[in-house]
Amino acid sequence: MANAAAAANTKWWSGGKSPFNLEYGKLMMWYFLMSDTFTFGALLITYGTVRMSSDSWPDPNHVFQSFPLLGSGLPLLFVSLMTFILIVSSVTMVLAVHEGHHGNKKGVIKWMIWTILGGLAFLSCQAWEWTHLHHEGAWWGSNPFPNADGTVSKSNFSDLFFTITGFHGFHVFSGVVINIIVTIMAWKGVFERRGHYLMIEKIGLYWHFVDLVWVFVFLFFYLV
Amino acid sequence: MSETTHIHEHVTSVPHEAHHEVHHEHHHETFLTKYVFSQDHKTIAKQFLITGMFWAVLGGFFSVVFRLQLGFPDAKFPWLEDLLGEWARGGQLQPEAYYALVTMHGTVLVFFVLTAGLSGTFSNLLIPLQCGARDMASPFLNMLSYWFFFIASIVMLSSLFVQTGPFSGGWTAYPPLSALGQASPGSKVGMDLWLVSMALFVVSALLGGLNYIATVLNMRTKGMSMTRLPLTIWAFFFTAVLGVLSFPVLFSGFILLIFDRHFGTSFYLSDIYINGQALPNEGGSAILYQHLFWFLGHPEVYIILLPAMGMVSEILSVNSRKPIFGYMAMIGSLFAITILAFLVWAHHMFVTGLNPFLGAFFVLLTLLIAVPSAIKVFNWLTTIWRGNIRFTPAMMFAIGFVSLFISGGLTGIFLGNSALDIHLHDTYFVIAHFHIVMGVASMFGMFAGIYHWYPKMYGRYLNNTLGYVHFWITMVGAYLIFWPMHYTGLAGMPRRYYDYSIWESFKRFTDINQFISIVAIIVFLTQILFIFNFFYSIWKGRKVTTQNPWGANTLEWTTPINPGHGNWVGEIPEVHRWAYDYGKDGNEFISQTTPVGENESKDH
Repeated sequence: MANAAAAANTKWWSGGKSPFNLEYGKLMMWYFLMSDTFTFGALLITYGTVRMSSDSWPDPNHVFQSFPLLGSGLPLLFVSLMTFILIVSSVTMVLAVHEGHHGNKKGVIKWMIWTILGGLAFLSCQAWEWTHLHHEGAWWGSNPFPNADGTVSKSNFSDLFFTITGFHGFHVFSGVVINIIVTIMAWKGVFERRGHYLMIEKIGLYWHFVDLVWVFVFLFFYLV
Repeated sequence: MSETTHIHEHVTSVPHEAHHEVHHEHHHETFLTKYVFSQDHKTIAKQFLITGMFWAVLGGFFSVVFRLQLGFPDAKFPWLEDLLGEWARGGQLQPEAYYALVTMHGTVLVFFVLTAGLSGTFSNLLIPLQCGARDMASPFLNMLSYWFFFIASIVMLSSLFVQTGPFSGGWTAYPPLSALGQASPGSKVGMDLWLVSMALFVVSALLGGLNYIATVLNMRTKGMSMTRLPLTIWAFFFTAVLGVLSFPVLFSGFILLIFDRHFGTSFYLSDIYINGQALPNEGGSAILYQHLFWFLGHPEVYIILLPAMGMVSEILSVNSRKPIFGYMAMIGSLFAITILAFLVWAHHMFVTGLNPFLGAFFVLLTLLIAVPSAIKVFNWLTTIWRGNIRFTPAMMFAIGFVSLFISGGLTGIFLGNSALDIHLHDTYFVIAHFHIVMGVASMFGMFAGIYHWYPKMYGRYLNNTLGYVHFWITMVGAYLIFWPMHYTGLAGMPRRYYDYSIWESFKRFTDINQFISIVAIIVFLTQILFIFNFFYSIWKGRKVTTQNPWGANTLEWTTPINPGHGNWVGEIPEVHRWAYDYGKDGNEFISQTTPVGENESKDH
């Protein structure tokens, strides 16, 4: 792609063109994601600060051990499924972008629908997990789970859990809404008329980012 | 979003004007699309400016009212009761109202005037004009940026009218004052409105910042390499980077604060007794909020200051008829300040119980800022050195900026030391320092910008005589207000007290407080004169008759006197040189659009 430009010995930064060979919307998306990284970064650093200043912390293997219909005693099984679903939805998003490169409207719609379903499945899982924890007595301001060392814990664990996974869930929810809008646009042939599926790429960046954030949330809340 | 971009899969470079083609097609604009929901960056700039001016008058008026209290604690002002009602029962400002006014003064001036009013105005006006673009990267998001600011303004304004009053715990909104409704009247619904307003403001700042960055990087005209950009653009660019990376952290901090206020969490709260009753909150940390707040709060200082620095650099060079001294050093120092801005936040927290060992690093990094700051000051001084100076009102304010930046910057070296800070923190010395170096200096940068680019905004000049009166009273007044505060602060007079006359230690400052209050009122009235000048000149000012009234090199002066949406008629001009060829080879100035001549000397 860059061959023609290289042959003409183009000076990328000398004005009259994008130095990154990117359309402005994609550039803005990248900067937005950088900014959002700081939002989540601040929340996760808060998590680390509070946890490090606590004497002890609930054991995730003990807190997250239930699976719908299978009962309890299955540590981290359900969250692994959630994580798997979200990662698969990232894969389907990659395929949608790929079809977009080839201008294949049907392929784009097909993979976008799978991505939307993946997002909805993840949100449903989260809804189940929240409900389950709520029934066990966990909510903002109340935490029934004892610390790993057996002492009575403070509410910080559930405060942070619901706030941060909630904020992430809100990102997934926004992503699903935007995905639906974009899919309808694709279906109506808006991108076909434009001659490119850049919008799919932009929303794809967002989707992968939300996925990546989940990896960190997963790591901090469930694994360590 | 990219309705009109025509990008195909195999196109190698993205034509940066592509998506503006649409603007040439619709000229049938209605009043609503031209002046209200405008997507023209120049109109949006004016919207930011005028909203900012509204807030500046209001925020300034707040300070007049609380200065009356500080200067004349025993006097009664019946008109205050007429105006403020219960807030000034019996003609005397009530303590809750005093704290509310102090808080609102800070919030409004820092965020609504010196962030939205300054960067919002001039980034919008100058980035497309000086980069050579028809408009912002996304005119639509740019419009949204203003309207989010507008809604934030409405919400903040409405908090002034609720029964329990606006938030009164200081502009930094530290918990537990900001987290517990029981803490004070202002901590009730006033604080909720404050948080909602600020959250909307963050969205506005983000939308604006993303646009500024994308425009500067992507939309420069042919030949406009990054090192040919005027320093204004570099300053706006770094300002936007600071905002995009620091406001989200504040946003996170606010989310947690909202949960602490309404959902029973303990992020910032622990072991609190209120009215003899123990609260259930455990395990949180009020210091955590301060870290999150100041991670924005310190970059915010530079979000306020950098645009002023950029405009002053440009105005000093144009009106000295000399190239800016040390152009690359100016960019480098802007960059250094941007990086350091993120690494010094804890110097606002030296006395919070911060580990002194950690404090030492923050002292070092803080004092390092003196290096790029000094580079800039010396470059400004050497730029005007032996220049052929034209003392326009804009130039006066630009020189005033340099003076204030030096005076205020020097006291920063005192405050940056954690040991000295034990004595100086929370005194009037701090008030004096940040008002001079950040508040007044940036206001001067803003005034300089308004006087200088007013002809581009409205096709008319501001009245010069009123401009000089405005400058001299404001300049002298600023020093008369804040200089004495250094002495009272060093003598230990703390900030945020309601009435100093009841303290044996501070009784002797009665006269000095009175003096400060009187000057503050005079300076405030002078700003009203400026507001009059501004609106009078929009309709009655002397008309601009030439395209390039200041004889400047930058691209905005190659547009028509009253540019339409799209800025240039026909092609966007190509750029052949940097922005500072003044007095070169016997030419007074050489526009950036002039090709380099064959026998032109190499050095610039």
